[in-house]
Amino acid sequence: MTTYNFAYLDEATKRMIRRALLKAVAIPGYQVPFASREMPMPYGWGTGGVQVTASITGPDDVLKVIDQGSDDTTNAVSIRQFFARVADVATTTSTTEATIIQTRHRIPETPLSPGQILVYQVPIPEPLRLLEPRETETRIMHALAEYGLMHVKLYEDIAKHGRIAKTYAYPVLVEDRYVMDPSPTPKFDNPKMNDSPALQLFGAGREKRIYALPPHTKVISLDFEDHPFEVQRFTEPCALCGSTGVYLDEIVTDDRGGRMYACSDTDWCERVRAARAEAAE
Amino acid sequence: MYVAVKGGEAAIRNAHRLLAKERRGDPDVPALTVAQIAGQLSLAVDRVMAEGSLYDVELAALAVRQARGDLIEAIFLLRAYRTTLPRLGASEPVDTGKMVINRRISATFKDLPGGQVLGPTFDYTHRLIEPELQEPGEVATAEPVGESPRVTDVLGHQGLVEADGEGEGEPGDLTREPLDFPAGRDLRLQALARGDEGFLLALAYSTQRGYGGTHPFVGEIRTGDVEVELFVPELGFAVTLGAITLTECQMVNQFKGSATVPPQFTRGYGLVFGRIERKAMSMALVDRALRAEELGEEKKAPAQDEEFVLAHADNVQATGFVEHLKLPHYVDFQAELAMIRDMRALQERERRRAAERSEAAE
Repeated sequence: MTTYNFAYLDEATKRMIRRALLKAVAIPGYQVPFASREMPMPYGWGTGGVQVTASITGPDDVLKVIDQGSDDTTNAVSIRQFFARVADVATTTSTTEATIIQTRHRIPETPLSPGQILVYQVPIPEPLRLLEPRETETRIMHALAEYGLMHVKLYEDIAKHGRIAKTYAYPVLVEDRYVMDPSPTPKFDNPKMNDSPALQLFGAGREKRIYALPPHTKVISLDFEDHPFEVQRFTEPCALCGSTGVYLDEIVTDDRGGRMYACSDTDWCERVRAARAEAAE
Repeated sequence: MYVAVKGGEAAIRNAHRLLAKERRGDPDVPALTVAQIAGQLSLAVDRVMAEGSLYDVELAALAVRQARGDLIEAIFLLRAYRTTLPRLGASEPVDTGKMVINRRISATFKDLPGGQVLGPTFDYTHRLIEPELQEPGEVATAEPVGESPRVTDVLGHQGLVEADGEGEGEPGDLTREPLDFPAGRDLRLQALARGDEGFLLALAYSTQRGYGGTHPFVGEIRTGDVEVELFVPELGFAVTLGAITLTECQMVNQFKGSATVPPQFTRGYGLVFGRIERKAMSMALVDRALRAEELGEEKKAPAQDEEFVLAHADNVQATGFVEHLKLPHYVDFQAELAMIRDMRALQERERRRAAERSEAAE
């Protein structure tokens, strides 16, 4: 058996994916079908993101991989090791040092800068899928910008629960045209997608779709005038670094109701703690 | 004080070591050889080749060993290797009419040209566990069966069975192009040939129990070796690359005809690598069920629904997405938790307010 090509995928496949990426960048929020390959990790575990990353990674890139905001969760470790092995690429846990950040479920707290690329792993790219299971139907709905079904769903939430009961994978409207699934990030992260200086690429391997947000794209979370979009707020600061206004994980500390809250973004948390320690010296 | 959990890398490394240990089993027992798996567990190897979409006995046997006998895991291993292979070209269509037959049965005719050949089948064995497997002993070797006409060709001469039809251009390849709906029959058959045996079996069974019935007869099942040929433009003719074992199933289905087509038998087709007869039969039933719309039949059962069948037949996709639920989801769960707490608090406030109001009224 021969060894694998740089970054695992053969060059013809990378070219096919890059062409899909170019189309996706040209039509922000539109889901471009692509001939997704079988990858050496399971579908649903980031094969779309991995294929996108493999297609855009060069020898000079610095890669960061996060899952749930953390560099140390098992799947993030596994994907980072995969690229270190098949592409011999430099890896980092620092958001600012990375040229490519592959993520599952979070956008880093540290603001991204021009030239950086954020690659999202997407399980179900179709925001209308749970309302309409048929691909033939949803493609027509997107083509006609017929999003009434989505608005009705959000309205029904308000009628039933007094609020839009969507806390993650909260649908967004891209450049006033396509309704897009932001991947299952908590809605806390939705505002970070809007007007981001970084290029945002979305890969759904099992569903064979790629979509993109070029830098400085308008991304608006769907809402109603009398029920404006709101993000989650935490009443406590991070117990480790003291940050407020960031997304926190709730950690169960004992079986008597003990709880603590800590930053979900581990790189952010470490940097704040380091800066604080430095200031104290 | 809580310390952020570190050590994912060490945990993964250790888990993989433990897996290697479990895979090896008792070190006092000799390790399985690939030749043993290929020779004595050949139907497992066949299934891995069929659903892995790669005809390579040795690689499939290696995959079965590496996967500890978990065939879906072995299929996954083979697929992840297959996807990196370059495509040099497409073979000529294999001619199953020229198959060197090892098993061939028809349920529609008592006897037919070429005869009925049982071959190495589980059919008619009594399923009694035998602690000591019977040594094969003397095997009555039948005369090698030459070319036998396919039953559908025999019936086809009289126009009683729909003809093969002419293929249109190069068949599609869903591993190279994204699948689009409605898919052509070429892509449907490819998806079914790669599809999960259990899923297709259940769908096929459902058509027999009234969910999209197709009134099937086994026109013919044949297993044997066929040559694979590749047309080489520089030579101007096709050269033989080798032979592969295939199982083909032709279901013949009752059809009362329509405005444009006289009453005749229609067909459902199944073709798989190796000797996966159950899969070939299931595939043929599901193929026919999926032709409901084309033949002007009412479409109402799951097995007739192309998007439903094709989108869920692939076990590598299915197992990946089902099993991904064990990945951490705690940021999403946190978001839901916060909302549930919020909604409960709101409900509690409203309940209390209502209680106060009714007290005041009294």
